[in-house]
Amino acid sequence: MRGTAVGRSNRNQSRIIGWLFIIFAVFMIAAFYFYPMIQALLLSFKSGRGANLHFTGLANYKRLFTDSVFLTAVKNTFLFLIVQVPIMIVLAMFISVLLNDSKLRFKGFFRTAIFLPCVTSLVAYSVVFKYLFGADGLINLALLKMHLIASPIMWISDPFWAKITIIIAITWRWTGYNMIFYLSALQNIDQSIYEAARIDGASSIRQFRSITIPMLKPIILFTSITSTIGTLQLFDEIVNITKGGPGNATLSISQYIYNLSFKYTPDFGYAATVSYTIVAMIIVLSVIQFKAAGDK
Amino acid sequence: MTSFKRTGTYVFLSLAALISIFPFLWMIVSATNLSVDVSQGRLLPGLHLFDNFRKLTDSIDLGQSMWNSAKISITTTVLALLIASLAGYGFEIYRSRAKDIVFNILLLSMMIPFAALMVPLYQMFASISRSVPSMGINTVTSVILPTMTTAFLIFFFRQSTKMFPKELLEAGRMDGLSELGVFFRIYVPTMRTTYAAGAIITFLSSWNNYLWPLIVLQSPEKRTIPLLISNLGSSYSPDYGVIMTAIVISTLPTALVFFLMQKHFVAGMVGSVK
Repeated sequence: MRGTAVGRSNRNQSRIIGWLFIIFAVFMIAAFYFYPMIQALLLSFKSGRGANLHFTGLANYKRLFTDSVFLTAVKNTFLFLIVQVPIMIVLAMFISVLLNDSKLRFKGFFRTAIFLPCVTSLVAYSVVFKYLFGADGLINLALLKMHLIASPIMWISDPFWAKITIIIAITWRWTGYNMIFYLSALQNIDQSIYEAARIDGASSIRQFRSITIPMLKPIILFTSITSTIGTLQLFDEIVNITKGGPGNATLSISQYIYNLSFKYTPDFGYAATVSYTIVAMIIVLSVIQFKAAGDK
Repeated sequence: MTSFKRTGTYVFLSLAALISIFPFLWMIVSATNLSVDVSQGRLLPGLHLFDNFRKLTDSIDLGQSMWNSAKISITTTVLALLIASLAGYGFEIYRSRAKDIVFNILLLSMMIPFAALMVPLYQMFASISRSVPSMGINTVTSVILPTMTTAFLIFFFRQSTKMFPKELLEAGRMDGLSELGVFFRIYVPTMRTTYAAGAIITFLSSWNNYLWPLIVLQSPEKRTIPLLISNLGSSYSPDYGVIMTAIVISTLPTALVFFLMQKHFVAGMVGSVK
């Protein structure tokens, strides 16, 4: 029992002291996470311009289904989620398996280089990518010079390519970040398991499927949940690379909430309603991922 | 076969490393070139770094933004470490069933997206503005207060405290130290590396934070670095050389932290999921 470590004679006193250690943190989390969360829920049943809000029941929630901008933002966000997250996770896992080879040389260099994108701020790298992928940017210049394309690709101003640009950008920024988690998990796998498998004649693909994947399952779950939450909140990249355009082709849900609250005539009630759809999505997707990880 | 696979590994990893590093090289090289050269695809270093720097500091107050960012990031980091380590220590050392329940509730806040908080938080600080302007919208306080306490950091410190040798606490109590004395005199010095890792994570996320400062910091002289870079990047006739100079300078502090403390950096990230 840990209680004995504190000493029995002044147990009551130490219990109070224990609460004093945590009370400030609890207060801060309550004040800046849970309280605003409840405020947002109340707001989502109100509507009006600026500070002039009145109760409108479920009207905001009904509005969601007929709001074509909102539906576009949801569609975009899910496209990023379904395409980008799996690519990045497979890539991160693949690279970390290659790097985990004990005979590999320049390991430190490869690891540092691939992790390096994480030191940039989301805004800084977004601006760099915006210029690299501009109509007359370096990527197009290079592709034209290599005769891979006949005319410049409209990376930013074409609805299809703009989505691709965002996916490339996010993958560049976050693959190394996820790789670190896989690397540290791989280092914790006991090498004797692989030796035993080799003696039993298991191929390296078989070893990967039957040993590596099951051992990495908690990390796969962790990285997919954090990436999902991150993608559902996508904001910095969209605003700084495409501004949500062309049209609303790359608009994300977070950007739409920002626009509703701070760019257009503020409609805080409806913005809060939209924000609760992200909360709902995070809960549903996390449960699905937990279930999927538990089944296998 | 094996040597074929080996070559493939090196080619793939080199390509991945090149793609990861290239944007950095390009931004550093572009910071030394004129805008015209950058847009024509020049990849060799030029001699215009100082011209770009002068043009940059002539048109905007980079120093002011650096100072704003430094003030916010350093204050946030110090307060965040103090609050989170006290709490992580409290939850683990004075463990009880009631505290474990509170802890699990706190963890739930990690699932709350900032998008769901920004509107009510804005309203909260707008109303504070009316009574206490020095803590309301457009102040450093309004940036720091909602971002300095995270369940993540509390969790991180609690996990690390599990590894802390409890005998040291007993020894401290025998020497007549108070409970708070034990924390500050014994726990804090012993847990230096944990504090270093926590400091790096917090400093970086604070230095790079964009959305919340964008909402609350409205006047140009209050702008933090990400707001300034975003603003430069959205200009209609961008001067590439000047903008890349600004981006290089703004990335220096985080890059420096990374290279000096790479070990703590990785330990901090990974330690949180173990």
